[in-house]
Amino acid sequence: MTDTPLFQYTLRLADTALILGHRLSEWVGYSPVIEEDLAFGNMGLDLIGQARALYTYAGEIEGKGRDEDALAYLRDVASYRNLLIVEQPNGDFTATMVRQFLYAAFAFPYFERLARGKDATLAAIAAKAVKEMAYHQRHAAEWTIRLGDGTEESHARAQGSLDELWPYTGEMFEVDAVERALIDAGVAVDPMGVRDTWEKTIGDVLAEATLTRPRDGTMQSGGRSGRHGEHLGHILADLQYMQRAYPGAAW
Amino acid sequence: MSDKNWPLWEVFIRTRNGLAHRHVGSVHAVDATMALHAARDTYTRRGEGLSVWVVPSNAITASDPADKDMMFEPTATKIYRHPTFYEIPDDVGHM
Repeated sequence: MTDTPLFQYTLRLADTALILGHRLSEWVGYSPVIEEDLAFGNMGLDLIGQARALYTYAGEIEGKGRDEDALAYLRDVASYRNLLIVEQPNGDFTATMVRQFLYAAFAFPYFERLARGKDATLAAIAAKAVKEMAYHQRHAAEWTIRLGDGTEESHARAQGSLDELWPYTGEMFEVDAVERALIDAGVAVDPMGVRDTWEKTIGDVLAEATLTRPRDGTMQSGGRSGRHGEHLGHILADLQYMQRAYPGAAW
Repeated sequence: MSDKNWPLWEVFIRTRNGLAHRHVGSVHAVDATMALHAARDTYTRRGEGLSVWVVPSNAITASDPADKDMMFEPTATKIYRHPTFYEIPDDVGHM
């Protein structure tokens, strides 16, 4: 068994990117306007690209011959290590944008730091991802501002989405034993190091959006150890169907 | 949400340094910032751009197609305006 901390850590980053990328891809063909259809598609492909690079590296670390497809398509719910926030249902356009903003405002400074980390491969993947997450943050923030400070209805929907998603933000800053050792070694990023940046970004945007920052209550947790809600199983059924039904199928 | 009330913006992209921005199409967006995002997401997906302009479509003053004889016909007989009567010395190279 080569289930090392570095493998686990890389898998967590990959799973989070894949599941959020898949969620965004669900909008393609359904967005309110074609411009945002393309925006969701673009952001989804950014994330799936990040996932592919991370899965490939995870497979190399593990050294058991699993490639990106094996890791993405042939693991069950309990083996997935993504943050719970990314598996939440898309809801309406507002909810998807608010989720994208909450995550991107975290991922952007997080990848900035990972790009300076001691693992050369993770640093290189992060250096590419940081530019992508910068745009995700900007796009989702601009929408959050316009929806929050828009009509009575858009404001209510934005505040509702924010309140609903907030309990999933705490998990982004959790550190367990797996990550602690890698943080101390300078490989992984200490998420608490980007907390202030995240809080400031969130605070500035919510203020402009006339939205109220929810209070930190009980936070949801468990994605990192494979304890997921009911939604991930449905995502994987959709995502993995082809490889499960036709093992080894290729283009 | 409907796009029927969203303003239309014309999109111009410069593909390389030294070239001019070229009109590539249009997008609907609520304001200039979002128009820039929409233009980026719609028209630069294959590495086309280094710079993007968006201009409100209603800021463009266009010639009337009905005036095309008056506007453009008179130039048709003035072929001497084309620099095709001059031989360019080899040393000048590409002009």
